[in-house]
Amino acid sequence: MKYRENLIQIGLLLTALSTIAILFLIALFILHEGLPIILKVGIKGFICGSHWSPQQGHFGIFPMIIGTVWITIGALLVSLPLSLSCAIYLSEFSTTKVRAVLKPVIELLAGIPSVVYGFIGMVVLFPMVRNYFGGTGPCILSAAIILGIMILPTITSIAIDSLQAVPYSFREGSLSLGATRWQTIRMVILPAAKSGILSGIILGVGRAVGETMAVIMIAGNSVIIPGSFLDPVRTLTANIALEMNYATGDHRQALFATGIVLFIAIIILNIIANTIARRGVEK
Amino acid sequence: MEDKIVVKGLNLCFDTHHVLKSIDLNIRANEILSIIGPANSGKTSFLRTLNRLNDIISTVKITGEILLDGIDIYKKDILLPWLRRKVGMVFALPVPLPRSIFENIVYGPRLNGVTSKAKLEELVEKTLKAAFLWDEVKDRLHLSGTKLSGGQQQRLCIARALALEPEVILLDEPCSGLDPLSTSRIEEALYELKKQYTIVLVTNNTKQAARVGDNVAFFLMGEMIEYGSTEQIFTVPHDKRTEDYITGRFG
Amino acid sequence: MLKPIFYEQVMKRILFIGTAITVFILFFIILYILKNGLPVVDLEFLLSSPKDFGRAGGIFPCIVGTIVLTLVAIIIATPLGVGTAIYLREYTREGRLTSIIRFGTECLAGIPSIIFGLFGFVLFVVYLGFGWSILSGGLTMTFMILPTIIRTSEEAIKSVPASYREVSLSLGATKWQTIIKVVLPSALPGIVTGIILGVARSIEETAVVIFTAGSVLRIPTSLFDSCRTMSVHFYILAREGISMENAYGTAAILIITILLINMFAYWLMHRLMAKYS
Repeated sequence: MKYRENLIQIGLLLTALSTIAILFLIALFILHEGLPIILKVGIKGFICGSHWSPQQGHFGIFPMIIGTVWITIGALLVSLPLSLSCAIYLSEFSTTKVRAVLKPVIELLAGIPSVVYGFIGMVVLFPMVRNYFGGTGPCILSAAIILGIMILPTITSIAIDSLQAVPYSFREGSLSLGATRWQTIRMVILPAAKSGILSGIILGVGRAVGETMAVIMIAGNSVIIPGSFLDPVRTLTANIALEMNYATGDHRQALFATGIVLFIAIIILNIIANTIARRGVEK
Repeated sequence: MEDKIVVKGLNLCFDTHHVLKSIDLNIRANEILSIIGPANSGKTSFLRTLNRLNDIISTVKITGEILLDGIDIYKKDILLPWLRRKVGMVFALPVPLPRSIFENIVYGPRLNGVTSKAKLEELVEKTLKAAFLWDEVKDRLHLSGTKLSGGQQQRLCIARALALEPEVILLDEPCSGLDPLSTSRIEEALYELKKQYTIVLVTNNTKQAARVGDNVAFFLMGEMIEYGSTEQIFTVPHDKRTEDYITGRFG
Repeated sequence: MLKPIFYEQVMKRILFIGTAITVFILFFIILYILKNGLPVVDLEFLLSSPKDFGRAGGIFPCIVGTIVLTLVAIIIATPLGVGTAIYLREYTREGRLTSIIRFGTECLAGIPSIIFGLFGFVLFVVYLGFGWSILSGGLTMTFMILPTIIRTSEEAIKSVPASYREVSLSLGATKWQTIIKVVLPSALPGIVTGIILGVARSIEETAVVIFTAGSVLRIPTSLFDSCRTMSVHFYILAREGISMENAYGTAAILIITILLINMFAYWLMHRLMAKYS
């Protein structure tokens, strides 16, 4: 009987290690496929090169990095005011009942497929952008708005949880000293919930950086370093998805190399989020 | 009477916290030993060393010897399920598993390989009667155990422990959450049960110890201060601290 | 004294407007899709095969493809995920090993789907020679939904009262018997929630499926057949402008499915929490 129990424990340990194994496998395969071209072109040439024309053997992904960065910043600019005010309102001002209904509703919306968001961008947002700002529609602005909306539920939900985790006594203490509710929020609650909210934002950033299908549908996908927010751009993810179907040889390796850059970026974001969350807990 | 359990030089630590300090104690067969003492005196931890339930806490360190019928229960090749079937336990708060009354009682026997329906039914009736619960629930054995009242739940837990056909029964403040009527029912049951079993009863209630115990051990801050017959402890305690406790000066 | 109170009123209004906009946008998206999509949807649309690349006809093969692919992913991911959760909660103390596994799980949850797509493509489609197939797609999807299942199962197992475990052990059960007979049954609603969320994730995913399962528009007959899921079908219809009408219809089905699934999962989890708190 003891023998059997030990066997089960070992089996479960192996199961638990599977996630680590998968992570390693992914890293291994992507590196194996993509590293040769990075070494060939040079890290600097690959990351800072602004010329991407696989047929001629030019592999610089700088425009895609810039595209990703701009779209992500734009998405944050769209998302933060909305998600934070939503979180603060629902956590601090609304009644418990309203919060109990709206929070799950907002979380449910995290489940809308990204292709649907992309589609909404095409049919609803493009005409609006054309009318009010000019251009053809697919551009940084459109992509930023749609991605901003996509990451709304993630950030809002985590921010509400962090605000709710602040002990009730903090609020009572501050209010009893004559602070208004807004002063209490600004000086007591937000600082206390800061680390949780920040890690939520970083998760949102991760989601925006990693989004593929919606971005392909609305960002325009031109390999240029954008001059304005109405220029079409291509993100790292779009670069992979668009060319993977027909890429061979060095070209295919370059796409995997794009994946490496993306992979590293996401792992770094996760480490940051993790560190912030842990520091919050320790405090 | 012979000694059922012999405890020699028992020490128990959680991390750096020294919970039990060199306990020596003999528990005789077919008696009720009550263990009394204020909160945090190590009573419950002691009880849980007798069926090795402290083992599930990974920071625990135990030294010393506990012999059950002369067998060291902390020996390496002891199978815990075997030990725990020999030494049944009833917890302070009644915890019926989320299943029917019937299924609660046959949980242990089934694990032990009893499959015959007739045998299981017989066991359920026998143990429920022994726990003075049969008349109240005999028509609704398939009701969820969690639907019973607190007192009934605790008697169900006693019946469930009896169904293991143990030799020793550990009770950890079994009446702490119950009303006087339920308490007296359970005490009645205990009195009957000691004919067949050896019973160790941890209680916060000195009066209860005086009512049902044959012998009493008084624990304080992880030490066993005094051990003696119930009569002696409650009439002429040797130790000043025992006297202070049972007369209600602290605790 | 008037100023802070006035300021608070202003802030409250601003926050309220932000909340209203958020809720409005999210509802708008759903209603917009449903309004344009539902008129297209009828039994015929659900149960007939597409004609002319999806310009006409229904989406039946895509429904089948979605279901089969999801099933493969769930069947593999559930034992792995639940096993991991059991190990983390029942067999170890919090320590270096658990924090490494948790970190790995979080990283896996954060990896963009396109990376999973690339990985699944190299490993299953090319290296192991499964080709664009349900098997390749399902296996890759397994890795994507694993973190969700681990996380929710862990929460569910954590919520089972410790006293249940003590009682079971005290009745002579081994650790494993306790887990099988007491812990898992009590945690079941939570575990099912995790699985359901995994199903939702698998249904909405597009990039991974295109790279690993392909997009062949036929009813699959074996695990080695390529298939096209509803999300992929919708993407192709919309992006290539094949049929806006059918794109709306597919999107409506997708959204309704996902919302129902998520609502069910939420309800289950809520019930579990209510039971033990």
